[in-house]
Amino acid sequence: MNHLIEALGIAFRMIFTGDPLVYQITLRTLLIASISTLTGSLLFIPLGSFIYFRRFRWKRVVVGFIQTMYSVPTVFVGMLVFLMISRSGPMGSMGLLFSPGAIVIGEVFLIAPIITGLTISALQGVGSGLADTALALGASRGRMVLKVLFEAKYAVLTSVLMGFGRAVSEVGVALMVGGNISGYTRTLTTAISLGIGKGETAQSIALGIILLSLAMIVSITVNIIQHGGRK
Amino acid sequence: MKNTAILTVFLLFLLAAACGEQVEPVEQITELTEEGVVEESSAVVPLPSAIRVRVATTTSLYDTGLWGYLEPMFEEANGVELDVLYAGTGKAIDWARRGDVDVITVHSRSREILMVEDGVGIERVPFAYNYFLIVGPENDPAGIAGMQPEEAFATLMETGAGTFVSRGDDSGTHGKEKSIWTNAGFDYDADVRTAGEWYIEGGSGMGPTLVMADEMQAYTLSDIGTFLAYQGDLSLVPVVDQGDALLNVYSVLAVSTARDSEMAQALVDFLVSPEVQVLIGEYGVEEYGRQLFTPCAGEDL
Repeated sequence: MNHLIEALGIAFRMIFTGDPLVYQITLRTLLIASISTLTGSLLFIPLGSFIYFRRFRWKRVVVGFIQTMYSVPTVFVGMLVFLMISRSGPMGSMGLLFSPGAIVIGEVFLIAPIITGLTISALQGVGSGLADTALALGASRGRMVLKVLFEAKYAVLTSVLMGFGRAVSEVGVALMVGGNISGYTRTLTTAISLGIGKGETAQSIALGIILLSLAMIVSITVNIIQHGGRK
Repeated sequence: MKNTAILTVFLLFLLAAACGEQVEPVEQITELTEEGVVEESSAVVPLPSAIRVRVATTTSLYDTGLWGYLEPMFEEANGVELDVLYAGTGKAIDWARRGDVDVITVHSRSREILMVEDGVGIERVPFAYNYFLIVGPENDPAGIAGMQPEEAFATLMETGAGTFVSRGDDSGTHGKEKSIWTNAGFDYDADVRTAGEWYIEGGSGMGPTLVMADEMQAYTLSDIGTFLAYQGDLSLVPVVDQGDALLNVYSVLAVSTARDSEMAQALVDFLVSPEVQVLIGEYGVEEYGRQLFTPCAGEDL
């Protein structure tokens, strides 16, 4: 118990005195998760909109499948991406394995269903009235889509934040395709998993506190946004 | 309106992050030309950048901190970034076969020889050795203290009086454990893995396995380096430390498909150079009160 309290003390000191290693890992994690989320948003908000507005066969099945994939196991995505980008895999010539870029690829796959699916839900929340009115008033289809998306902006943003939350806190992908290389691909989660194994308790606790704070900031922001959206 | 402010901050942050990433490749390109390593290597697949050298190491050389200690020296001497990946010997060799790493430091003689025969590794170069130990709880419930390793394993099997945590991860240490079981007269898959609840396949690296054995007050097979590095946090003690089977030789192999074969060879040469051999021999002496690794460059082990 004493050991734990002592470690907790050191952990707080590390956070508040700006321990360079702790900050470097935190910054890298934020950077990787942010790029993944941004890429994911640019790809999958449009995809979600497309699926919502388009009428096609099996649509319900597709949407159901996307929703099932919200909880796709991170190690499964990690394994797929590993096999894809390993040098003997189909994308091997790009030399991406064990780089921050590899983690980004994995995280984009991981959050794709969340952003796509929640975008669809967000648009469903607006209802078809606005779309019909916009079209009736002579808006082009593209304009109408933008209008509905804008109306659903809070819910869409929530989907982005949920994606960010998943990306920042996952460990399977970062470990398998990032390799947890010190100073290069080590993120909060992989550093914690290594640190506990190595008995570096204080540092792991410091990183854990930061990770928890990030997750809380994300969920509080989601709450605030949803509240704002309801007003 | 408060919400808008929060959103703006978040979006700005995303943007800043995106810009940050765009800068990176530019840096890499300048580095590339400065170091003058732009020339085509003879690797099977040409890759865009070759300024990072990747070594996959068995966990014991990582968990003891040896690679963390040597890494900056190699980087400074050669002006490259060295990426150190830790994994069991089995995984490290698999990465080498896939061409995902340039150099490996592992400890499984038979598999290293096979790797060279298959043309995956260029040459097996032993650079250090130490010993394995069977460690366990101080009260030694199975009464195996002081036995030969084969005899100790046989006793564990017959009495069932102790718990044994196996690495169970296809690592070099796991390979050593299997060979001891075989020499003790057991079929590993048929007899040992199904022996009962006392035999646990942990599936983790050496450090986590020691922590697990400690939590369960179980026996485990460990290299002495990792055990000494973790000893402060453990209540386990060495139980069996005598026997020819317990020799543990670490070798370095350059991978034939290395992205920069010269730099891969440079890393092999670095580990067996007289200066680094001295450093390996002295590593950890001050902290743990005894040698973790005995340098052995040039010896046939």
